[in-house]
This record gives sequence, C-alpha cells and structure tokens, in this order.
Amino acid sequence: MAFELPKLGYEYAALEPHIDARTMEIHYTKHHQAYINNLNNAIAGTDMENRTLAELMTGVSKLPVAVRNNGGGHFNHTLFWTVMTPNGGGLPKGDLLDAINRYFGSFDKFKEQFSNAGMTRFGSGWAWLIKAGDDLKITSTPNQDNPLMDLAETKGTPILGVDVWEHAYYLKYQNRRNEYLAAFWNVVNWEEAGRRFK
Amino acid sequence: MPFELPKLSYAPDALQPYISKQTIDFHYGKHHQAYVNNLNNLIPGTRFEQATLDQIIKEADGGIFNNGAQIWNHTFYFESFSPAGPREPSGQLATAIANSFGSFGNFKEQFTKSSVTLFGSGWAWLVRKPDGSLEIVQEPNAGNPLRNGMVPILTCDVWEHAYYLDYQNRRPDYLQAFWNILDWEIISKRF
Ligand SMILES: [Fe+2]
Ligand SMILES: [Fe+2]
Repeated sequence: MAFELPKLGYEYAALEPHIDARTMEIHYTKHHQAYINNLNNAIAGTDMENRTLAELMTGVSKLPVAVRNNGGGHFNHTLFWTVMTPNGGGLPKGDLLDAINRYFGSFDKFKEQFSNAGMTRFGSGWAWLIKAGDDLKITSTPNQDNPLMDLAETKGTPILGVDVWEHAYYLKYQNRRNEYLAAFWNVVNWEEAGRRFK
Repeated sequence: MPFELPKLSYAPDALQPYISKQTIDFHYGKHHQAYVNNLNNLIPGTRFEQATLDQIIKEADGGIFNNGAQIWNHTFYFESFSPAGPREPSGQLATAIANSFGSFGNFKEQFTKSSVTLFGSGWAWLVRKPDGSLEIVQEPNAGNPLRNGMVPILTCDVWEHAYYLDYQNRRPDYLQAFWNILDWEIISKRF
C-alpha cells in the first residue's frame, strides 16, 4: 500500500496570523507530498510495503536512509498538522495538564523548556514533548528523525511536535525562529495532544 | 579583537534576479551577523578567545564550532559572487576540473546533484584533496571540509534560508540560478 497525503483538518488560512496560508499550502502540498513520494519510491517492490509507518519508524536503523528521511518526514508532518488547530492555544486539560505540572513545575516552565528545545536545535529538525514510560520529556531530533525511531537518542511516544526546519516559518518569520515558536502556542491543539498522551 | 562581519563587495540588489535583495538582506544582514555575534559571545574565557576561524573549525565543538564555521562558510559563499564576472573557470582550475570530472558541464551536474540531494541544512563543496585531486563533498549544518584536511574551492549554502524567499521548496531552481552569479576569477584564486 502506497502512503498518501492525509487530509488537512482545516483551511490553509485557518491558522492565520500565526502561520500564514502560503506557508501552510507549500508546506503541506510540496514538502509533505515530496516526503510521501520519496518514501513510496524507497519502499516500492520491497517487503517494507507491507509495514505500517510506525513499524518502519521503530525499525528504521536497519532500513535505507531514504526511509529514515522520508518516512520520518511523512510521520512528523502528519502529526504536526493534527497538533495544530484554528481553535487552539490555551491550556492542556486533565491528566496531561497534571502531568506537565508535575514534571516541569508549571505550564509556563514547560513552555519555556519546549521553546528552548526548538531554539537550540541547530540546523533542521523538530522539538518534541514525549511520553517515555511514566515520564514526560522534552527532546529534539535532527532533520526528519523522531522519538519513535529506534536510533533516536531519547525515545518515546510523541505528544506534541513542532517543525523547526526553516521552511516551516521562513516566509513569515525569516530568521526569527523565536517569534514562530512563540506564535505556535496560539494554535496548539491540546485536545489532540491529550489524546496522544492517553 | 572580536570577529566582525566582512563587507560585501557588491550591493545587496546586485545579484538579482538570481538572488533577491531581500534574501541578501536577511542572509547576510541577519544570519551571517548572528553567527558573528554568537561567536563573540561564546569565546570569552575559553581557549578559543584568540583563535582564528581555521583553528576553531579544526578544533572546536558545539556552539563555538557551529558559529565559527558558519562565519567562515558564509564569508566564503558571499565572496564567490559578483554581478559580472567570468561564469566559467579558466586556466589551471579549468584544467583540473576537466581532469577530475570530464568537463565543466559534468562538474556542474555533479555539484548540482550533491547540493540538491543534501538532506536538511548544510553545504556542498568543491575541495582539493591532499593528493591534489578535486572532489565534491556534502557537509551537514555548519560542516567545513578544512576539518578533514581538504582545501575548499567553492561552496553552495543549501540551508533553506539561502533560497526560501526566492524559490521556496524548489532547491533545484536555486542551484540553476547559482551558476549565473559565480565569479570564477575569484574562485580560481583559491585553487
Ligand atoms: Fe516541515
Ligand atoms: Fe546561510
């Protein structure tokens, strides 16, 4: 089964002014689509075609680098679109908020550490909030790696992720990654993050 | 002496339409400047306080390496361009390129491919190896081939910030434009 571009749950302009429509359209229709096309090419005619995306991720250290890069790209962007919403922002709820308070001291301290993980990722990559056993952790990965990958330095289940490749913010924020990361909090879909935490 | 942003030898709009003034304003004025500022903030009190960029590239790690190498790389990159220079190599470098790659056309094709396929942020390089031969290498992020004992001749910045305002996801279009602004008189002097 070839992988396909998942439907976006909102319009390209829906996250304005925090993420502009042009960035959304290029990011989704060009970048994400290219990862999917390249992934499909990399697995065509092999037994990798019978594996789920999650299975490819957890065994990626033994697979071709094109699967790591493009499978990661597909997984990460698929997650990214769902953890944002036009009605986002505010505070997480219930168990997730409790866990964040417990592990990071407060929601503000969590935000600060997560933003810092995004700011200090040199080059292209992602910052993550993950569940690792009973722990919540903040981590970051280079390029299109993610914490599900068996080769990740810090492994776990992604709860929230933010893309800090320059293509995610350059048209609107240029060199100001800090402003993009500040704006991200206005569109975070905490309901979705909460589901991923369960 | 703190490090300083070197002057550009051309106006910020001089490379249009291949690279826009807006891109130069951010790339040179913000990114390159930030690497200079960051390095100057990082080195006081370390063993690199009096170091040259070459020493930093060969010996440092972490933030000092990243920012030091990015200063060197961007200086080298911006220096390769001019609004009106010879767009093909001549003399010894032309001969060396023909010997190593078959022809200038083949070299362009291979260098373009190396630049387009570098995954993530980084730099494609034409280098002279210790045995005198030429090679094309990819370096991720701030990577610089001086660290591996090679002599850089030409580089292309493929961080997305180098082309995103002008070409967005179309890195191959940026590479096509790149060949129209290289000044091979300047590049030949490095060989
Ligand atoms: Fe992305
Ligand atoms: Fe750059």
